[in-house]
Amino acid sequence: MSKINVAMTVNGKAVSAEVEPRTLLIHYLRENLSLTGPHIGCDTSHCGACTVDIDGKSVKSCTIFAVQAAGAEVLTIEGMAGADGKLHVLQEAFREMHGLQCGYCTPGMIVRAHRLLQENPSPTEAEIRLGISGNLCRCTGYQNIVKAIQYAATKINGVEFKEAAE
Amino acid sequence: MIPGSFEYHRPSKLSDAVALLGSLDNDARLLAGGHSLIPMMKLRLAQPSHLIDLAAVTELKGVAHDDGDVVIGAMTTQHEVIGSELLATSVPILREAAMLIADPQVRYMGTLGGNAANGDPGNDMPALMVTLGATYVLRSASGERRVAAREFYLGIYETSLRPGEILATIRIPAPPKGHGYAYEKLKRKIGDYATAAAAVVLTVSDGKIASCAIGLTNVSDRPLLAKDAAAALIGGALDKASVAKAVAAAEAIVSPAEDGRGSVEYRTKMAGVMTARALARAFARASV
Repeated sequence: MSKINVAMTVNGKAVSAEVEPRTLLIHYLRENLSLTGPHIGCDTSHCGACTVDIDGKSVKSCTIFAVQAAGAEVLTIEGMAGADGKLHVLQEAFREMHGLQCGYCTPGMIVRAHRLLQENPSPTEAEIRLGISGNLCRCTGYQNIVKAIQYAATKINGVEFKEAAE
Repeated sequence: MIPGSFEYHRPSKLSDAVALLGSLDNDARLLAGGHSLIPMMKLRLAQPSHLIDLAAVTELKGVAHDDGDVVIGAMTTQHEVIGSELLATSVPILREAAMLIADPQVRYMGTLGGNAANGDPGNDMPALMVTLGATYVLRSASGERRVAAREFYLGIYETSLRPGEILATIRIPAPPKGHGYAYEKLKRKIGDYATAAAAVVLTVSDGKIASCAIGLTNVSDRPLLAKDAAAALIGGALDKASVAKAVAAAEAIVSPAEDGRGSVEYRTKMAGVMTARALARAFARASV
């Protein structure tokens, strides 16, 4: 099958590559653009490790063809930190709150949490848990991931983070 | 997992999409949200030669009132269903059910039309549409045809959709103001299909049930309308005896498969439990 040119904006940069229509977005990102932040976890639309942001939607990039995202604005974990290398508040939050152990799910978690906080800047704990229910973590038990997202939300909202008593 | 090769089409008009589908016929599949089809293609259980992506067909999007009906474009996503104020006011059961479909990422992509038209008995929207008495507007190169949701489902992945037809819009007669509703879904985890689920839409007048429709998800090869269960409730209050009658009538029509979600007996009983819970919640929500 002949290749087609697929162009989009990824992390603010215009990119393009010649790919087959059957090329999944995760392969386009990892193999054509060498953006290996988004991970291939389950490869069956369950785990969310491949989550990227496409035009303001959290999407599992293993379940969309690159050509479907032609012309779109895509954000991956590589686009979260500032140009000067300063961590995004969510990245800082995951570090501060120990929101990861092996780190495999983290790129998807952070990109998903970013969209969640864009849509709901002050989520309750229950809303955070539902909001990241499409992202699986097999290490942390989610506790510190939820805390990290709460920490980031308070930072963004300019209030002091208070850790709940356990 | 890499899908087989295909040619990609992205029409921007419904007329172009149906013309394309008509000319390519059996070699083509429609791509809506893709969250049922793409996993199937990755497993090579589906290997279409052509994909017709409907994402750019803007006339298939949106929610509106028209002539007493709520009209929803087939490409409206579950996320958009959840966010629609019009739907939250007129047909709130749709938001309640959409919140229970898959996970946030899948809901950004998954569409109402794809969920309804795929013919997967595990999908939630078919039972909702059957309960609400929805009509599907099907478009093809030769024109338009309307089919009641209650007549649409024939078996597993089998519907009355003909080759060359696209489900374009869903028309739902707006339930009366003050109606009660509930969707109860038992699932093992987020993202799972229902072990059993029940949809209830009813109206109450003078403390008695004036109208009632009950639909069941994933306990047969198609969505079920539990007519006898609903009939057992009309004209009375919702009490222990009437609920028991309705539950027995609902359990009598199911034929779930035995799978990881449970045995036939368990899933049958759960269809009854979901029916009872949905009835209780719907009744409590109705204005009397």
